[in-house]
Amino acid sequence: MTNIHYDNKRYELAENQSVLDCLNGHGVPVPYSCRVGVCQTCLMCAKSGTPPAAAQAGLKDSLKLSGHFLACVCQPTEDLDVALPDDALLSAHAIVHNLELLSHDIMRVELECLSSFDYRAGQFINLVRDSSHVRSYSIASVPRLDKYIHLHVRRLPHGRVSGWIHEALSIGQQAEIRGPAGDCIYVPGKPEQALLLIGTGSGLAPLYGILRDALDQGHQGPVRLFHGSRDLHGLYLMEELRELESRFPNFTYHPCLSGSEVPDGFTAGRVHEAALREIPELKGWRIFLCGHPEMVKMTRKKAFLAGASLQAIHADAFNVSHA
Amino acid sequence: MAEKQTLATWYDEKYGKMPNASLFEQLGGTAAVDAAVDIFYRKVLGDDRINRFFEGVDMEKQAAKQKAFLTMAFGGPHNYTGQDMRKGHAHLVKQGLNDGHFDAVVENLGATLKELGVAGNLIGQVAAIAESTRNDVLGR
Repeated sequence: MTNIHYDNKRYELAENQSVLDCLNGHGVPVPYSCRVGVCQTCLMCAKSGTPPAAAQAGLKDSLKLSGHFLACVCQPTEDLDVALPDDALLSAHAIVHNLELLSHDIMRVELECLSSFDYRAGQFINLVRDSSHVRSYSIASVPRLDKYIHLHVRRLPHGRVSGWIHEALSIGQQAEIRGPAGDCIYVPGKPEQALLLIGTGSGLAPLYGILRDALDQGHQGPVRLFHGSRDLHGLYLMEELRELESRFPNFTYHPCLSGSEVPDGFTAGRVHEAALREIPELKGWRIFLCGHPEMVKMTRKKAFLAGASLQAIHADAFNVSHA
Repeated sequence: MAEKQTLATWYDEKYGKMPNASLFEQLGGTAAVDAAVDIFYRKVLGDDRINRFFEGVDMEKQAAKQKAFLTMAFGGPHNYTGQDMRKGHAHLVKQGLNDGHFDAVVENLGATLKELGVAGNLIGQVAAIAESTRNDVLGR
């Protein structure tokens, strides 16, 4: 007998019943459309237990690795604790280990988690100021390489959480985090594949994690990072990135400036245009896009039209919350 | 019985003996859908006759929907009804979706299969399945 746990309730799976039918049958409103494991409308996430391979067929590798599955074709033989993708977050307490300005408006927040908290570089967590002020921040650290969870928090005008982080948060203070979530991650395998990473502003955070994760796991193919900002003081971690460039011959760093002043050693123009000009043919590339939502959306389309497979395009769009 | 046999013989003579494998199997099943979806979607987005209908949509969700459509057109398993097709395209019909746009999609579908080296008679069968949804898609 197999049980499905959802929202702290237990539902018994009938013989040959799918997780979707079981939950819908008990009044849990899981959305669905095709019911044959194709359209991905009924995408769910297993918080514990392993979904059967058949329920993950056709999903992106990064979704498979993060426990996602299609409920309509999921007939597990072991118990599963499941959630809709947006609700699959754990809550944990963390202590602020360090705060450091990386640029005039970007703060690196290092968090020491008080309980075990499995994550992958490039995922995001929600940082809770209070119950009505919660914001998502992408993770720049790599669990294998960094002791603490690193976030890059850009101070936004009138930002209720970013302002609090920049002004009020102090070392040693305790904060609640929820997560991790997101599938903009480096999936090991295909070490020869070329990687293209494009980010604006603090969109460097997930890319910095993904990049070091890939290099540390021995990625062999070219790894090219394009980081863009309007002017020079919007770029950060330049020394660290140049250092990585000298240590790993397959890694190249391309800082891009879209403003009028472009010193030697920097590429002029908007970061996604510079990247696609430099690499016009993207067939076979694995691509990561992080930061400004319009940049992410536009570049996803352009990269796809330039030959990249949609399954190989990973994105983390930074939507600004006004709550 | 005799009449049935006659009909079967007539069909075989007209269309050639039907192989035992289903259309979906002959095309290569799920793997064929996976191979086709990127090519097909790229053609659709590059087609100025129809790409305005795809402006601003979530590309990953759209690609998943196109996979479901291709699975159906390839004769694979699906649970779509004519009513689903009507509901799913009603907002596009309001924006002026017409026979010409439908023809363009079928053309892109055929070109995709041709690019993948699929035999002409199989492409014809796929086109016929796609064709069978025309009135529902166009809300008639």
